[in-house]
Amino acid sequence: MDSTQQVPFFNRGPGPVVRLVFFAVLSLLLLFADARYHYLESARSVLSVVLSPLQRTAAFPGSLWRQAGDFFVTQDSLVDENLRLHRQHEQDAAQLLQLQALQEENRQLRNLMELPARAALKTYPVEIIYTERDAFKRKVIVSRGEDAQLKAGQIVMDDGGIVGQLTRIYPWMSEVTLITERNFPVPVQVLRTGLRTIAFGAGDTSRLSLRYLPVSADVQSGDLLVTSGIDRIYPAGIPVAKVVKVERDASYPFARVSCMPVGGVDSHRHLLVVSGPGAVAVSPEAMAGAK
Amino acid sequence: MYRNSQAEILRPVSPLLVLATVVLALLLNSLPWEGIWLDLRPDFVALVLLYWSLYHPNRLGIGLAWAVGMLADVVDASLFGQHALAYTVLAFGGAVLHRRLQMFELREQTAQVFGILVLTYGVYALVHWQVNGYVAWTYFLGCLTSALIWIPLGSLLGAMGRRRAERRFS
Repeated sequence: MDSTQQVPFFNRGPGPVVRLVFFAVLSLLLLFADARYHYLESARSVLSVVLSPLQRTAAFPGSLWRQAGDFFVTQDSLVDENLRLHRQHEQDAAQLLQLQALQEENRQLRNLMELPARAALKTYPVEIIYTERDAFKRKVIVSRGEDAQLKAGQIVMDDGGIVGQLTRIYPWMSEVTLITERNFPVPVQVLRTGLRTIAFGAGDTSRLSLRYLPVSADVQSGDLLVTSGIDRIYPAGIPVAKVVKVERDASYPFARVSCMPVGGVDSHRHLLVVSGPGAVAVSPEAMAGAK
Repeated sequence: MYRNSQAEILRPVSPLLVLATVVLALLLNSLPWEGIWLDLRPDFVALVLLYWSLYHPNRLGIGLAWAVGMLADVVDASLFGQHALAYTVLAFGGAVLHRRLQMFELREQTAQVFGILVLTYGVYALVHWQVNGYVAWTYFLGCLTSALIWIPLGSLLGAMGRRRAERRFS
């Protein structure tokens, strides 16, 4: 008798619990493969090509708004801006002349000391298409990718300083992780004292912090932090952040130092991708091996 | 007993309409939301998936919700499977509860929809916590706003589905 009750009238496939378990396990497997082994990058870039019209459409209202704003810029503000840029240009030109002399001098000194030369920075301009729609992350998507031979790991900066790093390259766009992403490390050097340390992103706001700095370390608020360039990734000497607050509490082994990024991490639309790292440090063992 | 939805249950809804609303929801999700607005953004994709899985469970099943979740993962550049897992749970909730929820009006459904949404957001946050080791609690504001727009969104989708059905049967 009970066997007749088991027969369903319509064949609807497996029940919801079976489906839930199946797709949940599939999701977990994918999660594991993606988080641990990064196996799925090619699948992601294929899907991103399919979805890129959608993403560009979503960015369209914002760009329309900005273009309308650009159109209604007043004569006054344009004249002002032009004047300001002229002044800036004159100042920069004077400094640039000095810089050329200094670079030449530096090159000669480095030759004398037999230090490896500092490579010049090559930059490639990109435009931010949209920012990441996830409250957990500090990422932006920029307009060029494999088509411009960008590579994951390259540095992204603006006229102020470092903004982030390319972390994922799609065919026509790429993902930039901002330096304010939580636990995102940037090896830095205090410009005033030459002290080397590492700046970490704080995640929630546009803040960075220096960790593991002893209480006695010579850091003041107002100090400029520049990249140290000893990591083979970041070119040396690019501004990263300014120290805003130093807390020294004797009950903690480390000083608490919070900094503000000097690049417009949250504000600009156009960024520069820097290719070619600075002087690459070569370990003595590697040099011996090369000889 | 079926106060508002007796007429709707039996009418089929065009798969094109389902597809169009899902694409539109993905588009709304990827508008340039920033700062506090990003925290307050309702998850349109989750709401649309939940609506179709409640009212037309034969059109939108767990498998389709999972596939949409994969697309959402690419759009948000989250881990593969993160949205997919959350939306699978969501569609399961819809599939299990659709008989019960259809008994209520949209207004009365809101509280129960809120429960399903909290579960969905919880799954997403749990995965994030497991992988990255922290959770931003402001993220959960999104389920509140999502539940609040359940009534307007539900009546809008209902009206769209009805009009399509009327045209077909006239």
